[in-house]
Amino acid sequence: MKPMSTDAQTTPQSLTQRLANPTRFMELSGVILPWLSALAAGIILYGLYLTFFVAPPDYQQGETVKIMFIHVPSAWLGMMGYAMIAISSFGLLVFRHPLADVSAKAAAPIGAAFTLLALITGSLWGKPMWGTYWVWDARLTSVLILFFLYLGLMALRSSLDDEALAAKQTAVLGLAGVVILPIIKFSVDWWNTLHQPASVVKMGGPAIHPSILYPLIINAVGFSILFLALHMKGMRNEVLRRRVKALRMAEVEQAARGREASTAASG
Amino acid sequence: MVARGGRRIIDGLSFAVQSGEALLLTGRNGAGKTTLIRALAGYLSPLSGTIRIDGFDDEREPREACHYVGHLDANKASLTVLENLRFWQSYLGGEGSGTMAEECLWAALERFGLDPLAEIPAGYLSAGQKRRLGLARLLVARRPVWLLDEPTVSLDAQSTALLAKIIDTHVADGGLVVAATHLPLGLGDARELRLGDGVNQGGAQ
Amino acid sequence: MSGFLTLLKRDLLLAVREGGALGTALGFYLIVVTLMPLGLGPDLNLLTRIAPGVLWVALLLAALLSLPRLFEADHDDGSLDVLALGGLPLELMAASKALAHWLSTGIPLALMAPVLGILLNLEARAYPLVIATMLAGTPAISFLGSIGAALTLKTRRGGLLLALLVLPFYVPTLIFGISAISAALLAPDGFLASFLILTAISLVAMVLGPVAAAAALRQHMH
Repeated sequence: MKPMSTDAQTTPQSLTQRLANPTRFMELSGVILPWLSALAAGIILYGLYLTFFVAPPDYQQGETVKIMFIHVPSAWLGMMGYAMIAISSFGLLVFRHPLADVSAKAAAPIGAAFTLLALITGSLWGKPMWGTYWVWDARLTSVLILFFLYLGLMALRSSLDDEALAAKQTAVLGLAGVVILPIIKFSVDWWNTLHQPASVVKMGGPAIHPSILYPLIINAVGFSILFLALHMKGMRNEVLRRRVKALRMAEVEQAARGREASTAASG
Repeated sequence: MVARGGRRIIDGLSFAVQSGEALLLTGRNGAGKTTLIRALAGYLSPLSGTIRIDGFDDEREPREACHYVGHLDANKASLTVLENLRFWQSYLGGEGSGTMAEECLWAALERFGLDPLAEIPAGYLSAGQKRRLGLARLLVARRPVWLLDEPTVSLDAQSTALLAKIIDTHVADGGLVVAATHLPLGLGDARELRLGDGVNQGGAQ
Repeated sequence: MSGFLTLLKRDLLLAVREGGALGTALGFYLIVVTLMPLGLGPDLNLLTRIAPGVLWVALLLAALLSLPRLFEADHDDGSLDVLALGGLPLELMAASKALAHWLSTGIPLALMAPVLGILLNLEARAYPLVIATMLAGTPAISFLGSIGAALTLKTRRGGLLLALLVLPFYVPTLIFGISAISAALLAPDGFLASFLILTAISLVAMVLGPVAAAAALRQHMH
């Protein structure tokens, strides 16, 4: 009897099962988050040190090439944020995973912020390089539209009072966006070649010198960990916010019941 | 258990209604009458538990067994009374075609005293007349389950009595009616299910 | 299928009886196109060059104006609840309404475009191109727009939000519509590639739109 029952209790659940439970998530993330944050800070500091003191200025671009060390990881995480939203939306609509909406909601502002950072750093880089802050280049345009998608997701969520409804509607939009994103990317690339094919700026991966590639990779890893840490923190905040809301609703209900009881007693 | 807007509204409720039976849902405001009716119609899916219609043609969706008349009458102001009803007859799959369908349509209008108004756009009708037009939908497409949410709102005494008679006829024909109401309908024979405060326990049968 | 046609017929009848929606959209189209030369100056060469783009962008804006009412009217008077009880799946119900929108708003706007082309000094050989691309592209506007219309039902600031939501979805249609026209103006055989992609986008929209719109409508019934 005894070994059987203990066995059943201690059988480790799968990772998704354990993380599905908000309480377990809070415990686990509470332990991981400080380490993750410290790791992100350490790697980014090292990356920035490499960026500013080790990496040589480009012979053509000069010191402005250093904007790329922020710009490229930001653009990458802007896209990763959307992938996170899409996976979470799928998890909510198909598996009704209790944390899926929390994840989607937390990822939106972070992804939007990185996308905006990519746009701003890109245009700061464009001014000395292209002589203008903004070019209707295919890359820029598709990232701008990605930013609009983020804005749409957040605006839709904030405009619906019923949170459960807002969660599902945002997920529908998030998934529809996944279908349309490659089409947008494809159309914008196509459109650009018609109008101004010369302005496409490409960084061929292997063509970059190691002295630039190495800090870029360090920064990309640091930023990715920062994203994960921010996302986890955002999810924790959201779980806590929902608990506060549930407690408040319970309080209101209790007060209503108390009033009813007292009127019944007096009447 | 049914929740709406993040609030648990109905919990631990279990009941069965037989064909040839009318069930009145009563209870104070906010007791969950509308929520329960909407759950029965399939608009809300219960968080736990099931809603089942036994003995209905399996090839069709359960929703096709139901008529739902809610707080709104589902009439278009710019269509005439006849056009409104004819649309619902055709869309909801009223049986028969051509002259038979037309006869059924006019019979329903007559039954609710709307035949003199047939060619008038629904926007001109009074609230009571609009309500009767909404209810006339029940008669143009034959469906066994009627789900009525406060069907007597804005009806006068005479029309209420008429509705009671129509419900009695439907029940006598082996139909099934679930009606949420805070006023007695004056039905010949009906069970009553009283929904309590917020969370309900127990129930009939 | 009979439910689909019944609903389509009713929606078209309503569009004719109520009329206002189309009138507003056409009026708005006229106003936006009129404002362009006022803002850009009356340089005829410039206007000729940008006319197809202006006509397309203004058409998108005019169509956006009419989209919020797509499901709202049926939602407000309780019809949507009853429509959901018909034998017709919600996806086909949404498709029928989007098709009605295309027939009652998309096509009239597309046919209005050449008339407005006169105001922009549109070159003669561009007229058939503008009409053809708009007829092929406007289904995407109605069907993708139905997603936004379903999502923004019951929201605060519905119309403005709708514009923000569907804007990214309209980008491919706009780009291929314009590129088909400009390709054809440069070389006659350049037209077909863009035009076929434009048509493909409309076909994808006809599938994706109703599925997503029905998913959104289902949440609203709750």
